[in-house]
Amino acid sequence: MIISSRFSSWLIAVLVVTTALAAGAKDFSPAIVYDFGGKFDRSFNQSASEGAARFTTETGTAVREFEITNAAQREQAMQQMARRGATIIVAIGFTQASAVEKVAKQFPNVMFTIVDAVVDLPNVQSVNFREQESSFLCGMAAALASKTGKVGFIGGMDIPLIRKFALGYVEGAKFVNPSAEVFQNMTGSTPAAWGDPTKGAELAKSQFGRGADVVFHAAGATGIGVMQAAKDSGRLSIGCDSNQDYLHPGSVLTSAVKRVDVATYKAFLDAKNGTWKPGQIVLGLAEQGVDYSYDEFNRAVLTPEMKQKIDAAKADIISGKLKVSEYKVQ
Amino acid sequence: METYTLMVLLLAATIRVATPLLLAALAGMFSERAGVIDLGLEGKMLGAAFAAATVATVTGSAWLGLGAGMVTAIALSLLLGFACVTYRGNQVVAAMAVNIMVSGLGPTLALAWFNLGGQTPQLDAAGQRFTAVVWPWSQSARETPFPGLLYAELLSGHNLVVYLAAALVPAAAWLLYRTRFGLRLRAVGENPQAVDTAGISVTGLRYQAMIISGALCGVAGSYLSIAASSGFVRDMTAGKGYLALAALIFGKWRPYPTLAACLLFAFTDALAVRLQGVALPLVGVIPVQFILALPYVLTVLLLAGFVGRAVAPRAIGVPYSKEK
Repeated sequence: MIISSRFSSWLIAVLVVTTALAAGAKDFSPAIVYDFGGKFDRSFNQSASEGAARFTTETGTAVREFEITNAAQREQAMQQMARRGATIIVAIGFTQASAVEKVAKQFPNVMFTIVDAVVDLPNVQSVNFREQESSFLCGMAAALASKTGKVGFIGGMDIPLIRKFALGYVEGAKFVNPSAEVFQNMTGSTPAAWGDPTKGAELAKSQFGRGADVVFHAAGATGIGVMQAAKDSGRLSIGCDSNQDYLHPGSVLTSAVKRVDVATYKAFLDAKNGTWKPGQIVLGLAEQGVDYSYDEFNRAVLTPEMKQKIDAAKADIISGKLKVSEYKVQ
Repeated sequence: METYTLMVLLLAATIRVATPLLLAALAGMFSERAGVIDLGLEGKMLGAAFAAATVATVTGSAWLGLGAGMVTAIALSLLLGFACVTYRGNQVVAAMAVNIMVSGLGPTLALAWFNLGGQTPQLDAAGQRFTAVVWPWSQSARETPFPGLLYAELLSGHNLVVYLAAALVPAAAWLLYRTRFGLRLRAVGENPQAVDTAGISVTGLRYQAMIISGALCGVAGSYLSIAASSGFVRDMTAGKGYLALAALIFGKWRPYPTLAACLLFAFTDALAVRLQGVALPLVGVIPVQFILALPYVLTVLLLAGFVGRAVAPRAIGVPYSKEK
């Protein structure tokens, strides 16, 4: 007993000293928690990690990272980071909302930025995107490039966010070709749907079988399979979140780019400069939060005529002349 | 005409989806017929998927990848045999340990070697993957719906592993029912004492069964990472090992009924993919959630109600010891 009580008092002393040091140092310490699919999904999370990397190279401040492998780790990871003196924690993905809500209440002095969800707390910044706008442009590209008048959409997990992509895509395709047929598939209804490329490829093949010749994925790492299937079958695919044109040059028509990297980078930079503000931020085409990609990898498939039409619609959306509907949960 | 084309495409998808299930179920058939419960199918496949993708990436050869996948799965199978044949451990626990170990080890090694967050690099170059084999005249055969389309879609246009899996069913049936080895293998799962009395090594036979099981799992896993898709991702088997085991039970541990069960499971899966968002007569569009649950609901219903009495090999799950 004596030993253990002595040990515990020693432990407390150490804890007190380390906490004091952590509190006293007041170092700027940014942290980021990725969602399922992982930092290298070549899509959503990877975009965030590029933003974090840019921040590190420009400011020299290392960003602490955590890739979750099961749902229970989110809260633990955030608590750990907050306890170890993180100044700002960026949480990537809507699934982190409840964890952010809980941990943000426990650590009111830590700044939290969440992407793709809204958490209404005084120390939380919620960044959302108008994905329907970039999806609209991609729908236009798909319908313009399609020879059969049939195009496909493959979503990851069946959630309102992905429905938002789908709706914009359908509207874009119909805007170009009112009689265009759009096939829609969701990969699954659990987070495993973000990482199942075999299923993605199978879904893509089923849409090709029905006559689709362009397929757009909003499915994280599952989309890798979709794009591979498109390449194998000689069809076109449209990437998502990150610019994925480079994955299969000549087979990827364009990508619905979502600047999660900019959101991440800006959150870190603002926090460092003291200009970070809580509340809601919504980024669309006008704010350059979303866009479609055009570079040396897809120049051969996305012709100048297509680009001209897409750019015209883009200008109309920005000026408010053209309205893209937003998916509403009934 | 439209319906006919859709049906043919659906069957072609069924064949693709059934391949890994069938290979894993045949693997399970050998070990279970020898008296070892094979819950480790999932882990062995996943291990093989990782090894195949890794070796295919490094060497640029799909064949070497397949070989590495098989070697890895055999090694895992022998590890399982070591725990539950030689040391008479609990077969379920040992198999779960293998599954959990592989599901963590794969991404960890991938992270250390490739630094891509637990994935292997995407396989792209020719020769790194098994791609579709197009049979002669299939392009022109497509013009005539029957039997041309059947030829072009169902027979032609799959990768080598699919044909291999199809050939393995009669081969497995022959091995199990027409050879001395098969007879002994079945006997060791029913009545190991009798086999032992006849002077044949129970341990030896069970190890041979584990090696066959490993080799087949190796092919199944390699199919997932270097034929059906292009690289390894975390937990890419997604429960296929367990589904294969269900198909094996549904097929009453026999090769041809197991093939039928695998095709049925694959068909419901392929159907689920195609039913999404399609308006059906009378009922209209069925909610996605229901369709995604369909294969599993069907599995439960079939296993609970229609399979009849599935009699497992009598000595299954019981480690053999001479002393008893």
